[in-house]
Amino acid sequence: MSTEKAPRPQPERILEATQLQTLIELLQQRGYEVLGPTRDESAIVYGPLADVTALPVDCGDEQAPGVYRLRTRGDGAYFGYAVGPHSWKAYLFPPNEVLFRVHRDAAEGLRTEILGAPATPRALLGVRPCELAALAIQDTVFTQQAVADRGYAERRRALFTIAVDCAAPAATCFCAEMASGPAARDGFDLVLTELCDPPQHRFAIAAGSAAGAELLQALPTRAASAAEQSAVSQQWQRATAQMPQRLPAEEERRALLAHSHSHPHWEAVAERCLACVNCTLVCPTCFCSDMVDRTDLEGEVAERVRTWGSCFEAEHSYMVGGPHRHSVAARYRQWLTHKLETWHEQFGSSGCVGCGRCITWCPSGIDLTAEVAALAEHHGGSTAPRTPGGIHEGA
Amino acid sequence: MKAHNPSSPSSAVAAVAAAVEQPTPPTGYEAMAPVPWRIEAVTAEVADGEVFTWSLSPLESQGEPLPQPGQFNMLYLFGIGEAAISVSGIPGRDGTGCATLSSPPPLAGGVVHTIRAVGSVTRAMQALSAGTVIGLRGPFGSCWPVAAAEGRDLILVAGGIGLAPLRPVLHEIAARRRSFGRVLLCYGARSPRDLIFRSELERWEEECEIELRIAVDRGTAAWSGHVGVVTELLDRGGFSGRNALAMICGPEIMMDYSVQALRRRGVPKEAIFVSMERSMRCAVGFCGHCQIGADFVCRDGPVFPYPRMEPAFRIQEL
Repeated sequence: MSTEKAPRPQPERILEATQLQTLIELLQQRGYEVLGPTRDESAIVYGPLADVTALPVDCGDEQAPGVYRLRTRGDGAYFGYAVGPHSWKAYLFPPNEVLFRVHRDAAEGLRTEILGAPATPRALLGVRPCELAALAIQDTVFTQQAVADRGYAERRRALFTIAVDCAAPAATCFCAEMASGPAARDGFDLVLTELCDPPQHRFAIAAGSAAGAELLQALPTRAASAAEQSAVSQQWQRATAQMPQRLPAEEERRALLAHSHSHPHWEAVAERCLACVNCTLVCPTCFCSDMVDRTDLEGEVAERVRTWGSCFEAEHSYMVGGPHRHSVAARYRQWLTHKLETWHEQFGSSGCVGCGRCITWCPSGIDLTAEVAALAEHHGGSTAPRTPGGIHEGA
Repeated sequence: MKAHNPSSPSSAVAAVAAAVEQPTPPTGYEAMAPVPWRIEAVTAEVADGEVFTWSLSPLESQGEPLPQPGQFNMLYLFGIGEAAISVSGIPGRDGTGCATLSSPPPLAGGVVHTIRAVGSVTRAMQALSAGTVIGLRGPFGSCWPVAAAEGRDLILVAGGIGLAPLRPVLHEIAARRRSFGRVLLCYGARSPRDLIFRSELERWEEECEIELRIAVDRGTAAWSGHVGVVTELLDRGGFSGRNALAMICGPEIMMDYSVQALRRRGVPKEAIFVSMERSMRCAVGFCGHCQIGADFVCRDGPVFPYPRMEPAFRIQEL
C-alpha cells in the first residue's frame, strides 16, 4: 500500500471502546457465533468470544524468525498485536472434514451418503487486512474454479467479517509489500480502526456491505471529528512505515523465481529446513489436503476425511516407486515458487499475503523474504542454470 | 488412405496446441464422492493377472457423461482407498471424435479400465471378480487431441501399461481409419509376456492398417522381434515429421527420450502430446498433490502439449 493513496475513505463514525460489548451482543442477537482473538496460555489464537473480556486486552506481541512472545502493552488496547499461529481458514476449510460416507448395502453393494450440514452463521471479529486478502485468495481456490467446493462456499456465505486495521505490525510482517495491509481495503462487512490513547479509547468504524451498514445503524456511534480522522490516517501511515521493504517488486521476483530452479541456494535452505510443515499449517492461503479413508470396526461404514496436507511431506508427492520430490530442497522450492510465482498463473494473484506467520513459526527461523533475497543476490541477473546436477541434459 | 495437408504449418501448430480440450468435470460434492458401479467382466491381460481389464457399468444410470480418450476415473474400494485410472475403453463412443466435448453425450455401454496391480489399492482390485460393486467418480481431466490428428500421420508411443490410456484412441482410429494418415504404434514392454491387448494388437495391424512396432527390454527364445528401448522404433522413421502428431504415454524417462527421437525426425514440439502421472487425491484441483509448475495434472492434464511439460522433463523433482 502506498502511503500517498488512502486504502479506503475515511471512516465517519466513532464507536467508544466501552461499546465493543454491544457490537458482540448485536451479532449474537442476529444468530452469529462470534469468534475472535483470545489468549490461550502464551499465544493469541482464534476461538469463540462469549463477551468482550475474552479478547486479549492490553496484550502485545514480539515476533522474529522462530520467535513469538506476548508482552503487556500498558495501554489497554484490544487489538494491539499482529497475527498469531491461527488463521481463519480453519473455519472455512476445516483441518478435518468428512466428505462422504459409504455404507455397505445388501441390495446395491455400496451406498454413498454425501455429507454437508448447513453452515453455522459465524461473525469473525478482528480480521486483519492480510487475513481478508487470504480469505479472498481461498475463495478463488475453492469457489471460482471449474469445480466449486460446496461446503466451503456455504460456510463462506454464512460469514460476517469485522476487520480491524493493523496498528502494530510485527518484525516479520510485510503486508504493505504484498498490497494486503496494514489498512483494510475491502472484503469486510465492518471495519474498525482502534484509536487507543489513554484515557481515550475508541474505534473509528465503517461498513463495507449492506449487512455491515445495517449493524452500524444499530450501534451507538457518533460522528468522527477531524482530529480522529486524522489519527486514523496517521495510524495507516505509521504502520506502513514500520515495515521495511524486504522483497523485490512483483514482476522482478516472479522473473527471478521462474528461472531459479537449479539455483544452489535451495540446497542451502534445505540444510536448515526440517520439513516440519509448520509453515504450511500456519499459512492462511495454503490449501493442500490429504484424503484419509477409514472404516468403522464392523466394516459396514467407510468415510473419507479431508485433512490439511503439506507439500513438505514426502508422502505428498508419492507415486509408485517413491516420492517425486524426494529432497527437502525440491519441497521448499515447490512451496516458495508456488506462493510467489506459479500461484499468479493459477489464481491471478500472489499466494502470499505478507502475514509473516511462516517466518515466526519456523523452528529454524527460515525467512522466505531472506531466501528470495539470497536467490536474487547469487543470481547475478543470469537465467542460466547454476548447477549441472540440478537438471538432466536433454534435447 | 488420404491425407490432406494443413494450409500452413504455423496455423496447424496453433490449432494443435489448442487441441487439448477440457471437458466439463462433475461439480460440487458429487465430484468428490464415488457412486456404485458393477464390475461386469474381468479379463487378465498377462499370464499372472498382474494386469487386468474391467468392464464397468453404473448401478443406476444418472446421465453420466461419456468419458473421452485420455481421461481418467477415480476408482474406489470400500474401506481401502482410491486410485486414478485412465479409461482404456469407451464402448459407447461412436467415433465422432472430440467435437462434442463441451457437452459430452451421456454414457452408454459402460466404461473399461485396464489396471496394473502395483500399489495397495490396485493389488486389492486384482482380487475382485465380476459382480463386485466398487465406487467410481469421474470422468476427469483433459483428453487426447484425436480431432486435431485428422489428416495427419499419427504416432502413438506407449510404454508398458501406458498403452491402456491410448487404447480408446486406437479404437477411434479403427472406427474411421480413413480420417488419418499413416498410423504408427510403437509399444515397449518389459518382456514378450508383459504385452497387453495381444489379440487387439494383431487386429489393429492386420485389419486397420496400423503399423505396429514392438520393443521388449528382455527377449525370450521364442521372441523374434526387437529387443531394446521403444525410442529405437521411432528412429526407423516411416512418417512425415512435419505433418505428424504424436501421443506418448509411459514412464517419464521413456517419454523424454521419445520426444527427442520424434524431434530428430522433424516432428514439431507443439504436435507432441504426453500423458503425465502424479499423485492424485481429489481429481478436481483442490488437494494440490499433482502440481507441476502452475498446472494441476488432474485438472489441466493428464494430457498436455509437450511444450507445456518441457520444464518437468528438464528440471528434477519439479
